Amino acid sequence: MVHMEYYLIVSTIMMFVGIYGFLTRRNLLAMLISVELILNSVDINFVVFNRFLFPGQLEGFFFALFAIGISAAETAVAIAIIINIYRNMRNIQVKNLDKMKW
Amino acid sequence: MDFSGIFTYLYTEIALVGVTVAALLYDLIAGKQGRRYFHGFLCTLMLLFIAGTVIPYHKETVEVFGGMYVYSPVGSIVKSILAIGTLIVFLQSESWLRREDTEFKRGEFYVLTLSTLLGMDFMISSGHFMMFFIGLELASVPMACLVAFDKYRHNSAEAGAKYILSALFASGLMLYGISFFYGTAGTLYFDDIVPGIDGSALQIMAFVFFFTGLGFKISLVPFHLWTADTYEGAPTTVTSYLSVVSKAAAAFTLMVILVKVFGPMAEYWQTLLYIVIVLSITIANLFAIRQKNLKRFLAFSSISQAGYIMLAVISGTPYGMTSLVFYVLVYMAANLAAFGVISAVEQNSDGKTGMDDYNGLYKTNPKLAVIMTLALFSLAGIPPFAGFFSKFFIFAAAFEQGFHVLVFIALINTVISLYYYLLVVKAMFINKNDTPVATFRSDWSTRLSLLLCLAGIIVLGLASCIFDGINLYAFGM
Repeated sequence: MVHMEYYLIVSTIMMFVGIYGFLTRRNLLAMLISVELILNSVDINFVVFNRFLFPGQLEGFFFALFAIGISAAETAVAIAIIINIYRNMRNIQVKNLDKMKW
Repeated sequence: MDFSGIFTYLYTEIALVGVTVAALLYDLIAGKQGRRYFHGFLCTLMLLFIAGTVIPYHKETVEVFGGMYVYSPVGSIVKSILAIGTLIVFLQSESWLRREDTEFKRGEFYVLTLSTLLGMDFMISSGHFMMFFIGLELASVPMACLVAFDKYRHNSAEAGAKYILSALFASGLMLYGISFFYGTAGTLYFDDIVPGIDGSALQIMAFVFFFTGLGFKISLVPFHLWTADTYEGAPTTVTSYLSVVSKAAAAFTLMVILVKVFGPMAEYWQTLLYIVIVLSITIANLFAIRQKNLKRFLAFSSISQAGYIMLAVISGTPYGMTSLVFYVLVYMAANLAAFGVISAVEQNSDGKTGMDDYNGLYKTNPKLAVIMTLALFSLAGIPPFAGFFSKFFIFAAAFEQGFHVLVFIALINTVISLYYYLLVVKAMFINKNDTPVATFRSDWSTRLSLLLCLAGIIVLGLASCIFDGINLYAFGM
C-alpha cells in the first residue's frame, strides 16, 4: 500500500506550486487556476487524513465534498468578474488593473 | 436525529431566509409600478425582522444539529447588531439605487446583501469548522458580486477582481491550515477538538495558515493589501457594508474560535496577535495620513480600527468579549455615518470623493459637515462621544491581562489617528474652495439613516445600560 507521506508530498507540492503561480502569473485566468491548485491540494489532504488516520468516520470526506462544491461556486463568480473585466477593457492582463493604487 | 431545535434556536436565520425569499419574490412579481415601493417594503421587512430578533430569546448556550450549530446569547446580540447595520446600509443605498443604471438591479442588491448577512449569521453560530467555512464563503462570494456591482464602471470591476482573487487565495490557505488541524486532532467540532490542540510545531504552522482566512476578512495588516483598492472601487454603499458588517462578524467569530478552540495554545496566538495588532494600527495610520481619496482614507482608518478590535480579542476574557461587541456597535454608528455622508455627497455632486472636494463643505452643507465631524471625532475617540468609551473598554480589557506595552502603543496611535481625522475636519471647515459641493437636500431615507447614526454616536456612550446589557449575555461566550 502507498504510504500516507507520499500523498502529503504531492499535496504540499500542489499547494506551493499554487502559491507560486498565484504570485507570479500575470493573467487573471492563470491566477484563478493557481488558486484552484491550492484548493485541490486541501481536498487531497482531507481525504488522505481521513482514509489513513481516522478511517472510522467520514468528517474529512464530507469536508472535501463541501470544499469542492464551494470552490466551484467561487470560481463561477470569479470567472463572471473576469468576463466583465474582459468586456470593459478587452483583455485580462493584471497590468491593466492599475487604476487604483496607493 | 432530533430536529426540534431548528425553530427554537435558529429563529434568526430562518427569519432572515424568509426576508430574502420575500425580497426575491417581490422582485419577480412586482412590475415597474411595484418596484417604486420596493425600498419601503424591504426596509419595513428588515425593521420587523430586527424587532423580532433583537433580544435573545434564550439565556443559555445550546448546541443544535449535533454540535454543528451553536446558539449563544451574545452571538444573537451580534447578529442583531449586524442586522441593524444592514438596515442602515439599505436606507443609505436608496439614493444610489434610484439611479437609472442601477434601478433595474435593485432586487439583486437586496438579495445579495441579505445572503451575505445570512452567511455571517451562520459563521457566528458555527460549532464546526465546516459550518464556519460555509458561513465564511456564503458571506464572501456574494460580497464579490456586490463589489463588482457597477459593472460598466472600470473601478468597480477592478475592485471586484482584486477582492475575489484575494478571497479565494485566503480561503485556500485557511483550508490548508484547517486540514492539518483535522490531521492532528482527528475531529473538527469546536468542542471535541480542544483536547487534541497541543501547540505542536505542525499545529502552530496550521494556525498561521488558518489565521490568514479571518485576517483577510478583518483586513489586518499582512492581509490588508486588497482593502484600499476594493473600498475605493466598490460602490460607496457596498464599501460601508464591507467595512462594518463584514468586519464585525469576522472579528467576533475570530474571538470565539481563538478562545474556545485554541485556548490550549493561547501563548502562541497571543504572540502572533500582538505583532499583527502593532503592525495593523501603526502601518494603517501612517498610510491613512497620505490619502487623498476619502474612501481610501476610511479604508486605512478601518484597518487601524480592526487593530483596535483585536485588542479585545487578545484579552480573551468575557469582559473583552463585551467590549468587543460594544466597540463594534459604536464603530458601526460612526463609520456608517461617515460613509453615509460620503455617499450623499457622491450621489449629489456627480461622484466626488476626493479630499479636496470637501473643502468648504461647511459653507454649503453645514448639517452634513457636522455629522461627518462628529463621526470622525467618535472614530478618533474624543470624550463626549461613544468612540471614547468603546476605546476605553477595549484598552481596559487588554490592560487587565497584562498587555501594558501594547496598550501604550495603541494609545500613541490614537493620537496619530486624531491628526488625520482632523485633516478632513479642517478641509470641511477651514479650507477655502472656489467651487464647493453645491447645496443639496438628500432624500428621506438617507436623512433617516444619518439621524440614526448620529443618535448612536451620542447616546451609545452615555447610556451605560447598553454596555451592561451586553455584559449580561457575554458570560458563556
